[in-house]
Amino acid sequence: MEKRMLKEDTDRVDGILKVTGRAKYFAEYELPGLTYGVLVTSTITKGKITALDTKAAENAPGVIAVVSHLNKPSAAAYEQEGGPQMKIFYTDKIFYNGQPIAMVVANTFERATHAASLVKATYAKEEFNTDFAKALKDPKAKKLQGQADYKRGIENAYKTAEVKLEERYFLPIETHNPMELHGMIADWRPNNQVTVYAKTQGVKSTQGTIANVFKIPPENIQVNSEFVGGGFGMALRTWPLEIATVMASKHIGKPVKVVITRAQMFTMVGNRPAAIQTIGLGADKDGKLTGITHRAYGETSTYENFTEGVVNMAKFMYQCDNVNTSYAIVPVDLGVPIWMRGPGEATGAFALESAIDEMAHALDMDPLDFRIKNDPETDQQKNKPFSSKNIKEAYKIGAEKIGWSNRKNKPGSLVEGQWQTGYGVSVGVFNANRGKASVKGILKADGSLLLQSATSDIGPGTGTGMTLIAHKLMKIPVDKITFELGDSSLPPAPSQGGSATLSTVGSAVNDVCEALKSTISELAIHSGMDPTANFVEVLKKNNLPAIEVTKESHSGKERDNYSMYSFSIHFVQVKVHALTGVVKVSKIVSVGDSGTIVSPKTARSQMLGGAVGGIGMALTEEAVIDHRYGRYINNNFADYHVPVNADVPEIDVNFINKPDPYINPMGAKGMGEIALIGFSAAVANAVFNATGKRIRSLPITPDKVLG
Amino acid sequence: MINFQYLRTSSAKSAIALLLKDKNAKFLAGGTNLIDLMKRGVTAPEKLIDINHVPLKQIEQVGSKIHIGALATNTAVAEHALIKEKLPLLSWALQAGASAQLRNVATVGGNMMQRTRCGYFYDTEMPCNKRQPGSGCGAMEGFNRMHAIFGTSEKCIAVHPSDMCVALAALDAEVVLANHKGERKIAFRDFHRLAGDTPQLDNNLKTDEMIIRLEIPVSNLAKNYHYLKVRDRASYAFALVSVAAAFELNNNKITDVRLAMGGVAHKPWRLTASEDFLKGKEASLSNFEKAAELAMKGAKGFGENNFKLKLAPNTIIEALNLAKSKA
Repeated sequence: MEKRMLKEDTDRVDGILKVTGRAKYFAEYELPGLTYGVLVTSTITKGKITALDTKAAENAPGVIAVVSHLNKPSAAAYEQEGGPQMKIFYTDKIFYNGQPIAMVVANTFERATHAASLVKATYAKEEFNTDFAKALKDPKAKKLQGQADYKRGIENAYKTAEVKLEERYFLPIETHNPMELHGMIADWRPNNQVTVYAKTQGVKSTQGTIANVFKIPPENIQVNSEFVGGGFGMALRTWPLEIATVMASKHIGKPVKVVITRAQMFTMVGNRPAAIQTIGLGADKDGKLTGITHRAYGETSTYENFTEGVVNMAKFMYQCDNVNTSYAIVPVDLGVPIWMRGPGEATGAFALESAIDEMAHALDMDPLDFRIKNDPETDQQKNKPFSSKNIKEAYKIGAEKIGWSNRKNKPGSLVEGQWQTGYGVSVGVFNANRGKASVKGILKADGSLLLQSATSDIGPGTGTGMTLIAHKLMKIPVDKITFELGDSSLPPAPSQGGSATLSTVGSAVNDVCEALKSTISELAIHSGMDPTANFVEVLKKNNLPAIEVTKESHSGKERDNYSMYSFSIHFVQVKVHALTGVVKVSKIVSVGDSGTIVSPKTARSQMLGGAVGGIGMALTEEAVIDHRYGRYINNNFADYHVPVNADVPEIDVNFINKPDPYINPMGAKGMGEIALIGFSAAVANAVFNATGKRIRSLPITPDKVLG
Repeated sequence: MINFQYLRTSSAKSAIALLLKDKNAKFLAGGTNLIDLMKRGVTAPEKLIDINHVPLKQIEQVGSKIHIGALATNTAVAEHALIKEKLPLLSWALQAGASAQLRNVATVGGNMMQRTRCGYFYDTEMPCNKRQPGSGCGAMEGFNRMHAIFGTSEKCIAVHPSDMCVALAALDAEVVLANHKGERKIAFRDFHRLAGDTPQLDNNLKTDEMIIRLEIPVSNLAKNYHYLKVRDRASYAFALVSVAAAFELNNNKITDVRLAMGGVAHKPWRLTASEDFLKGKEASLSNFEKAAELAMKGAKGFGENNFKLKLAPNTIIEALNLAKSKA
């Protein structure tokens, strides 16, 4: 094929399957003899189950079994001492409201649902606390170190700076709530052979967890998860409800399907934990930062600790000789959190990037100029050069596209009737990861290439990116390349998280393609052909239907020499209504600085999704708990507000698209997280610019704007 | 299984007859709220009488009134040329409610009959005097950001969630109700109730009655009107506060005016004191402000909803401003 025929971009390779309903998600698999499990949940927040009356449920029509701690379905690891505190169906302890305490399995979903309502638990209640802010104030409450304290230069140097500020920022619990509900189909067969259809960000991780809990060899467990209807981090672990599904299948000897309810999505599959952060910033009068202090508290559960990188960004994002951070986690009686898109960094960036804006205002500087003035040349935390960083160029592109020159530094300057206009900017940054992955490539005499890896696609378009990498190297038409994933029997790859898949698995695709090319070239020479001969002819000449190569790929020493990050800049224009406090995001310009863009269309979609998620984080999302009961109040899509189309303006996505010379053969860095990180601060900063009101508590709802 | 009987009928008369036989029966129209309530275990009717085939979908002018059948869908009403021309306030209010998909199946009668969206009402593990009289009010000292500031009782501070009903209260609509003995007509404003000591009752429809139609007088309120809904997102969210405003202007003098609020009370909240004040006055900002101030008499916050004490008058002022600027 001629080089000019190479495609720079392609539609999502599985797009047609998805929009025509032919993509099969876990809950859609029909197995012979399939049964349906429905979870019964605790209605108290803390204590013990003293009695569990399952009689009525067991006698209800269609019911096959009720599994709970009363019958402890066999799970070898849970039968031993130690391990997790909250061993599902092996404990009578209640750690939070909504904890699964039993599963009713019946021959239809409706019968299981009804029978589940007949299970009656009696409890011994204990005092509890689900209020994170209250726990922080309570001197008796546990505060555990979440990350080692960090100090560079003088601690709390901001306190003695010429210009200083110290502010507190609050983030509520947010939930991932992808459209697809969580669950699993588990089929435990004789001889301990298990097949599961899962909603997971890592088939190998699910396989490993099941192997560990049931103490059977991983090879016995087949995990299928070809299509995932959104993950955002919530499917990065195998949740107790999934273990329960496998237990139930083993117990009854039939396949069991569990799909949890929307309300259960708030309590069984983690969330972005609430956080309270304090930022101290000091600067000299010329606008050079002289001190950064970032102290954060994050929420965790009482039965398991969860930590994330809330204070990472403060350590290197700005040139400053004096930086100190601390991060503690505070247990409350709620389900354990999990990473949610942009994880801790998005939480931290809201605080840090708001504070940076506040400091620029205190200095009477344009916040963009202030950021440029304090942009570091090297990573002061790691004391290494950045592998690539084009932040200043990104600032320039974004500023021009949003019309930054229309912004007035004095808040509340742009008024039209009751609407006040403001502009805001923020930076996002996330570690540019690269892990270890294997890919198998099968090059066939029919001109096609099959690539296989046990990676996942929770939506970013993994198969599309991998196909384009292979397409460019092999010069095989896109429609002749198939990338298979979501199957634990394929060559191993890490879970899809931390924006690492393209970098990690893409590198293995690269290496496999290079190996296939050299094998073909050697075969050609061996059979007296031109070494650049077409592989179809080479294979035919050698009577080979196909050749196969498997490669494991990982990063080398370059990671020791460079600091590797992906960056993003978010510019937003907002309109704020002076009388009603309504905030409308009226314009968005996002600029991604994440190395080479391998798949422009899906990369753009990532940025669009990040911006929409960012609007939610900034303006609408908050999971509300009534702390008197420990129960969620708004556990449905009518009351937990994710942005709707009418909330989303046109999003102008731009990429620097310059290869990172060190990260991987493609020069491409991840971008799933940076699409969201920092966005909420850009909105908060724009609201301030519009109104002069600084809102340090998300989401920015009309009541806060008016207050 | 929670068994229930499903019946279908195609005439109002037989629907009423079926209802008379079983007081625990419920009419099923669009089902956009009722089915949710059944799934959540909030209600468990023994009999569902599907009335979707009853011919009550008319939208027509009869003399000086516009008649809207109880089974006309929200979309059909909102998009009907007659409504857009003569009762645009109603059209706007309808389009501010729910989502396009819900409006396509939700009916006028069902909209009137929808229950509050108070989270305590929907969670059967929580106290709620409306769902279970005597169990207490979870919202009073709990999460009451969405709750009422007017006409509250010690038993319940829930709000009626409808947008359509706010416009209908403002437009002096009447409701025609029927039982096996015949029809009666009541003012729309008297259809819904305050919670008082009986928060379990949302309205004055009797257990043997069926909503037949609305009758709305045609007035000169089709020019200066606005339905302003303040909410947490631009669509598919219930009102924090909404205001239906319409007036008739003669040389910038207000000759007729209607004001009603949503999201603030157990029923659509008509602002008669503000109307009385504005009548005969100039359509000026200072008069709008005074009208808004008058509207707030007796308002009371419960903590999380205190912001409505400021948002409500602001929204009244802005709705009047926008109604005025329509000219």
